Amino acid sequence: MSLVARHLEANGVPTAVMGCARDIVEECGVARFVFTDFPLGNPCGKPWDAEMQSSIVGSALNLLDRAWMPRTTVQTPFRWDNDAWRDAFMRVDESNREALAQEGEERRRRQAEVKTGR
Amino acid sequence: MDSSLYLPMTKNKFLSSQLTFLYQGLMDNLRPYRSFVSYIDRSREYYAAQDYSKPYVWAHHDDVPFTPLRKPISECRVGLVTTAGRTQEEGMIGAGRLMREPYAEPANPPPTHLFTDDLFWDKETTHTDDVDSFLPVNRLAEYAAGGRIGSASPRFYGVPTDYSQSRTSQGAAPRILEWCREDGLDAVLLSAL
Repeated sequence: MSLVARHLEANGVPTAVMGCARDIVEECGVARFVFTDFPLGNPCGKPWDAEMQSSIVGSALNLLDRAWMPRTTVQTPFRWDNDAWRDAFMRVDESNREALAQEGEERRRRQAEVKTGR
Repeated sequence: MDSSLYLPMTKNKFLSSQLTFLYQGLMDNLRPYRSFVSYIDRSREYYAAQDYSKPYVWAHHDDVPFTPLRKPISECRVGLVTTAGRTQEEGMIGAGRLMREPYAEPANPPPTHLFTDDLFWDKETTHTDDVDSFLPVNRLAEYAAGGRIGSASPRFYGVPTDYSQSRTSQGAAPRILEWCREDGLDAVLLSAL
């Protein structure tokens, strides 16, 4: 998505990216970025929370209006209900290492089947 | 970190609990690690545990293009871009026949459901049943109705999450630009799941 934003900017269209994966967006490098420190999935606010969603979209509109240089990141003030997701997402530890290796093997087998048209 | 903040060892249980309490209070504002999750680090370790031999390499640029707004935001037509798909097939990231194509769809009536199942997001913690939580088409329409922006684009745009950066840059991105021009957009908001 950041690559699309960069392409639009390079061709004269101002953009703002709303997202939760701060490192991925900032490594790619975009003109304007509204970061919300949420689990991946709801970069524009919690489901069914119209007030929060309006606030985040409003921040993006403000950024379009006011940023004067690229790589301008703002962070919204919102926090998820708890922090359990931070360690739980894509966790790798001794309890799941074997299962993950099996999942990987299964996934490669399925992809090979798709590629060979079976 | 200031070394005076290390928790001293003590055998006095009361003192120890008090120090722990004090330490936790201080650590609300001080911490020896970054707060936000690094998805680059997390996914590299996750896929390594799945025995993928080569780590995914993420886009990195030192230079960043920048275009200022050409007129007040209250006069601008603004569009939205999402990584979600219209159909189950477009929601699939993957090899072979399941390649996703960019698309443009009417923003009115607003979509009530988009396909996100195969995208990379935290399905244990949250859900995507409310489209506005990742494609704020209703919220943008409200800003247009209230005069904060000139108008919302009559269409929204979908761009596939693709592991191939060259397919995104050379295929999807120019299509999105073309549609933005067709719809007379002055600015674009993009969000990835």
